[in-house]
Amino acid sequence: MKVGAGLAGLLVMAGLVALLQWAIGAGIVDEYTVPRPTEIAAALPRLVAEEQVVSRFLVTAGETFAAAGLSTLVGTALGAALYRWPLLRRSFEPGFAVLAAAPLILAYPLFLVLFGRSSATVVVIAFASALPPVVLQAVAGFAAVRPVLLAAGRSLGLGRAAEFRHVLLPAALPSVFTGLRLALMFGLINVVGVEFLINLGGLGALINELSERYDLPGTWAAIGLVVLVSACFFVVLDGGERWLRRRG
Amino acid sequence: MDDVSRVAPPDAGEPYDGGRHAAAATPMLSVEGVTKRFGAGPGTGAVVAVDDVSFDVLPGEFVSVIGPSGCGKSTLFSIIAGLQTATAGRVRVEGRPVRGPHPAVGTVFQEESCFPWRSVIDNVAFPLELAGTARSERHDRARHFIDMVGLRGFERRMPAELSGGMRQRVCIARTLAAGPRLLLMDEPFAALDEQTRLLLGDKVLQIQQALRQTTLLITHSITEAVQLSDRVLVMTYRPGRLKRFVEVGLPRPRTADAVTSPAFGAAVTALWADLREEATRGMREAGG
Repeated sequence: MKVGAGLAGLLVMAGLVALLQWAIGAGIVDEYTVPRPTEIAAALPRLVAEEQVVSRFLVTAGETFAAAGLSTLVGTALGAALYRWPLLRRSFEPGFAVLAAAPLILAYPLFLVLFGRSSATVVVIAFASALPPVVLQAVAGFAAVRPVLLAAGRSLGLGRAAEFRHVLLPAALPSVFTGLRLALMFGLINVVGVEFLINLGGLGALINELSERYDLPGTWAAIGLVVLVSACFFVVLDGGERWLRRRG
Repeated sequence: MDDVSRVAPPDAGEPYDGGRHAAAATPMLSVEGVTKRFGAGPGTGAVVAVDDVSFDVLPGEFVSVIGPSGCGKSTLFSIIAGLQTATAGRVRVEGRPVRGPHPAVGTVFQEESCFPWRSVIDNVAFPLELAGTARSERHDRARHFIDMVGLRGFERRMPAELSGGMRQRVCIARTLAAGPRLLLMDEPFAALDEQTRLLLGDKVLQIQQALRQTTLLITHSITEAVQLSDRVLVMTYRPGRLKRFVEVGLPRPRTADAVTSPAFGAAVTALWADLREEATRGMREAGG
C-alpha cells in the first residue's frame, strides 16, 4: 500500500516534469526563466565535477542538522519548562508566538557582527528561527497529554523525572516530531537563505554564484539539491519516529 | 455523619457499626474524618465536597462507595489514592498514613489509562519494568495477568486496536501486575455498555475471588455495587457524607447470574431507596 502510494507520487511528479518540458518547448513558459528539465538534469554532472557539490551538499545538510537538532533539544526542554510552570508559560508563550512569525533572517548583519562570516552565523540564525515553532509545538503537545495518563503514572509511583521520561515525553512524541519537522523546514530555509545572502558555504552560496553567472540550468539543479537535502531529512525523521514509537 | 448503625438493610445480615468492626483484623484501609473543601473563588463560596467521612475496609473485603453524581465519590477516591490531600482527617493504608501515591495501593481510573504507545503486554509489564524486573520474567508475569482479565492472544496489540472494555481490562491487569494490596477502582466501567459492564463485573469478581484482593470500588451503579460487593457505603448528595453501610448478603462465589436472584433484587431495592432520596435532592438543588 505504502509502496503503491510512493509510486503514484513519483508518477505524478514525472508527469508534471514532462508537462513542464512540453510547456517550455511549446513556448508557454519562457525558457529564459525556467530551463527545460532535461537541461537541468544535464547540468548536474557539471555541478558535481566543477562546483564541489558533494561537499556543499554536506555543508548545508550539516548546518541544517545542527540548527534543527539544537532547536529541537532546546525547544523541547523549554516547552517542558513552560508546561511545568504555568506562570512561565503565561509570561513567555506570546513572545515565542511573535518570534515564530518574525523574519529573523533579516537581522543577519547583527549575527555577522556577533559571530563573524562563518558557519556559526548560519547555524545560529537557523537555530533562532527554528526555536520558537518547536517551543510552541512542544508546549502544546505536553499540555494535550490526557491527565489520566499522568495520574496513572503517579499512582504507579513515578516521580517528576520518571513521569517526564515514561509518560509525558512518549505521549507528546507526535507533537515533538511535528516540532522537529518544523525545525528542519525553518532550519533549511534559513540555512540556505543565509548562505545565499552572505555567499558562504553550501548550496545557498552555490545558488547565489550560479544565478549571478546566469547559469539557469545550474541554478535550478542546485535548488533541486536543496529539495534533496530536505527529502533526506524527512526520510530519516520518519524512520526515527517509527523506531522510537516501537521502543515506547 | 448520619447514624449509620441505626439503619439495617433488609436481609443484609448484621447491621454495620459505622466502619468500626470489633473484628481482630487490622483494617487494610482506614478513612478517618476525611473532609475536602475546595476554596472560594471570585463570586463563589467554598464547596465542601466530602464532609467527615470515616470507614474501614478489612483485608480481602470488597467495598463499594455509591452516591448520586456530585456527591464527592471521585474526590474521596483521589484522596485515598494519594492524588489529592484532604482538608481535614486522614487516610491510612495498613496503618501507615497516606501522603501521596502509596505502593500498596493500585488504582484503576474511570477513564481508561492505557499508554497508547505501548503494546498490551508492555502496558501490563510497566510496573514490573519500573521495579527493575528482567524482561523475560516481567513478560511471563504480565501474561499471567493478561490471561486473568481474558485478553490472551492480544498481547502484541496496541491499545488503539482494542475496544473500550478491553482497554479497561488492560488497565486492570496493569494495576494487578503492580501487586497492590488494596485495589481502588473509580467507576471503571462507567463508559461501557450494560452487557460489557456485567461481563467485566463478572471478571472482576473472578479476580477478586482468585486473589482475595481487597478492593474499594467507586460507582454510581447500584447493580454493579450489589453484584460485586460485600458492603456498600451510601453517600449523601453534597456535601458528601456517609449515609449508611449496607451489607450485601449474597453468597460467594458470585457470577453475573446472581443479578437474576430475588436476594439481588431486594438488595438493589434497599439501596435504591437510599439513593433515590439523595439523587432527588441533588436534582432539586442543581435546579433539575
